[in-house]
Amino acid sequence: MMTSPYLLEMKGITKEFPGVKALDQVTLQIRPGTVHALMGENGAGKSTLMKCLFGIYTPDAGEIRLNGEKINLPDSRTALDKGITMIHQELHPVPRRNVMENLWLGRFPMRGIQPFRFVDGRKMYRETEKLFKDLDMDIAPDQIVGDLSVSKIQSIEIAKAVSYNAKVIIMDEPTSSLTGNEVEQLFKIIADLKARGVSIIYISHKMEEILRISDDVTIMRDGRKVGTWPARELTMDLIISRMVGRDLTQRFPARENVPGETLLKVEGLTSPFAQSFKDISFELRQGEILGIGGLVGAQRTELMEALFGLRSVSSGTISLRGKMVKINRPTDAIRNKLALLTEERRVTGIFPVLSVLENTVISNQKSYVKYGWLNESKRREDTDRHINRLAVKTPSMKTLIRNLSGGNQQKVLLARWLLTRPDILLLDEPTRGIDVGAKFEIYSIIADLAALGKSIIMISSEMPELLGMSDRIMVMCEGRVTGIVEGNTASEEQIMRLAAQHKS
Amino acid sequence: MSVNVKKASHFLTNNAIYVVLVVIFIGITISNPDFLSLSTLTNILHQNATKAIIALGAAFVLITGGVDLSAGRVVGLSAVVSASMVQMSNYPQKFFPHLAELPVIVPILLAVLCGLIVGLINGLVISKLHVPPFITTLGTMVIVLGVNSLYFDMDPNNSQPIGGLRSSFTKWGTGSFSIGSFNLPYLVIIAIVVAIICWIIFNKTRLGKNMFAIGGNVQAAHVSGINVGRNLLWIYGIAGALYGLAGVLEAAKSGGASSAYGNMYELDAIAACVVGGVSTTGGIGTVPGVMAGVLIFGVINYGLTFIGVGPYFQLIIKGAIIVAAVAIDARKFVAKK
Repeated sequence: MMTSPYLLEMKGITKEFPGVKALDQVTLQIRPGTVHALMGENGAGKSTLMKCLFGIYTPDAGEIRLNGEKINLPDSRTALDKGITMIHQELHPVPRRNVMENLWLGRFPMRGIQPFRFVDGRKMYRETEKLFKDLDMDIAPDQIVGDLSVSKIQSIEIAKAVSYNAKVIIMDEPTSSLTGNEVEQLFKIIADLKARGVSIIYISHKMEEILRISDDVTIMRDGRKVGTWPARELTMDLIISRMVGRDLTQRFPARENVPGETLLKVEGLTSPFAQSFKDISFELRQGEILGIGGLVGAQRTELMEALFGLRSVSSGTISLRGKMVKINRPTDAIRNKLALLTEERRVTGIFPVLSVLENTVISNQKSYVKYGWLNESKRREDTDRHINRLAVKTPSMKTLIRNLSGGNQQKVLLARWLLTRPDILLLDEPTRGIDVGAKFEIYSIIADLAALGKSIIMISSEMPELLGMSDRIMVMCEGRVTGIVEGNTASEEQIMRLAAQHKS
Repeated sequence: MSVNVKKASHFLTNNAIYVVLVVIFIGITISNPDFLSLSTLTNILHQNATKAIIALGAAFVLITGGVDLSAGRVVGLSAVVSASMVQMSNYPQKFFPHLAELPVIVPILLAVLCGLIVGLINGLVISKLHVPPFITTLGTMVIVLGVNSLYFDMDPNNSQPIGGLRSSFTKWGTGSFSIGSFNLPYLVIIAIVVAIICWIIFNKTRLGKNMFAIGGNVQAAHVSGINVGRNLLWIYGIAGALYGLAGVLEAAKSGGASSAYGNMYELDAIAACVVGGVSTTGGIGTVPGVMAGVLIFGVINYGLTFIGVGPYFQLIIKGAIIVAAVAIDARKFVAKK
């Protein structure tokens, strides 16, 4: 028993939900001191498997062994006690409290005698300081968490995991909201954890990351394990084809759009806020896909929101077909035939408690009104047509949108904007959090729209996507345009250089 | 078999309010079969018609994700305003001793207008000054009581209950439409008409759809090109006008008014909405649900008194129902392990 080469083994894990077999005989074997990547499309069962490991779900069948010893995980508390911790994709700190209170939440060091026991603030401070020093993290224990960056908050979570004497740390999309530098820092921490013998289960959609930092890769599909391979034997294409179960010869659709005359001209657009976008000038042609690259914090989203009237502008002009336009609020933008697909789908996109139908037609209600009365059959007709056109997978148009997958929600949001018959679509990270198969569909829709003469501005932080989809790529850094390059001749290095170019 | 059980439990969870309403009705009928009669039914409807109108107003606001605490006091204000202008000319204690008999519609419209104005003020403060609805309407609730009390205390009335209302006014609260031996109170007809209009606004107009969108996700509504401020202004305005109408009808029903009218009605209205499936976090709610919510409390009130349950005990039952209804409703959204 003790000779097991694995730190953690999950064997034959099966979990059924009403109507779906979420996990079917899945086996996962983690070697000590390694980074084990877990990959698969959304819905492949990665999260369910991890929830079984973290005591959130109880598997219907199968066993979990830690150091060769069979363990039961009825709840997360037990998992933590056994040294299994999880760092969630979306962090939920208590923002108005300080670092150490967040770190020791639920297990504050106490002093005094019952019933007069109080939180030992000094001990808590000392231990927090020591922990950060051990991990080489530069965070003050008494700082208010809400004032810290996402990456610092994540570091706190990792420190918390270490403080539980974690043997296995599950990281769910840890880099999804980190900047380039912060990712490097995270990787340094991960290397450090490995050296301590800690194993990391790393869930990510980002192939480059996986190939760079993981030792083993397990790929899942439809609730089953496809296989486990050493990372050095894998390539991006191999991973993708194993994830989707077919060969993806092409990750991007062929584009047939022919950019025409200049449609949109932006000159000297500047935000009233000093740290935001400044002096932005560019042109967008009819039927053109203009990619916008840059690091997180380059103010690309802010620029899009300003174009759509969600943010104020202190100077600069926006012209459409040679005519200057004023866009002060979203209604102005919609009247000028602009559409904005926002980055944060759940926060600023979907109406979770409303149906697919209502979510689709909401921006186009004006066209259904006759004598103050909404034409229901027209609303349904339009929704139906767009559900079919964009191949939205939904049981019916009355289904609540929150029950759809991310990719299908995104298609509904695209449908919402297509109904307003826009000339220009502003797409902010249109494939973020969407699995590979659905990504290709979104790309195809974008390419089709451009071929139909729609102009598209697409923000993307994924380099291949930017290069694969754009006619031209505008790169921003710290609120300024650092360069505009041709999509078919640009290289990743070139864009990275522009994105990191600091102009002071 | 198990599929049927699942289906049945699904039906029960999704239609809990209607099931509860029927169960309560049957339960009371079993303990006293006399309860089941046409006159009981019309009595319950008559008693709850104004409450239904207030609850509908509250539903508009709750669906946008807001709350309106001013409802009850607006009811009081419009009751006093309308009553003060429809007294009989020979009544000894007139609010306005020299006021000629106005056509009844004038005071009614003035009273509804008072409600509309308070509602619009609420909407304006919430959308333009960004004061949370709870605080805004808490403020207007107190202000409206103050204004109403000042009005009510004017010479020569000096806070005396207003009485002696003309029958052309009170008939709207007490009269009924007869079909053979069956009398359908005007009040019930008015409530039904209001409910139908509200249903149309909810389901067939842009304002209604926008209201659900704002309550469902206000940021997304903004991005989608909905003028959130203007929609909220109208929503609160409509709610205020409905409270105003309810106040007029309360005065007509009781044949008088005082500034104490409508006290705490907002809580009854919110309770009825919540029991009727309106989400307090916004975006969810139906007119039939709100009606069922009002009726549940109506049937309990009337029925428990009918079978001899004391009023204090009734309070405990009502409170338990509010919490239980929301607990059942919450089950729909709790993810199963």
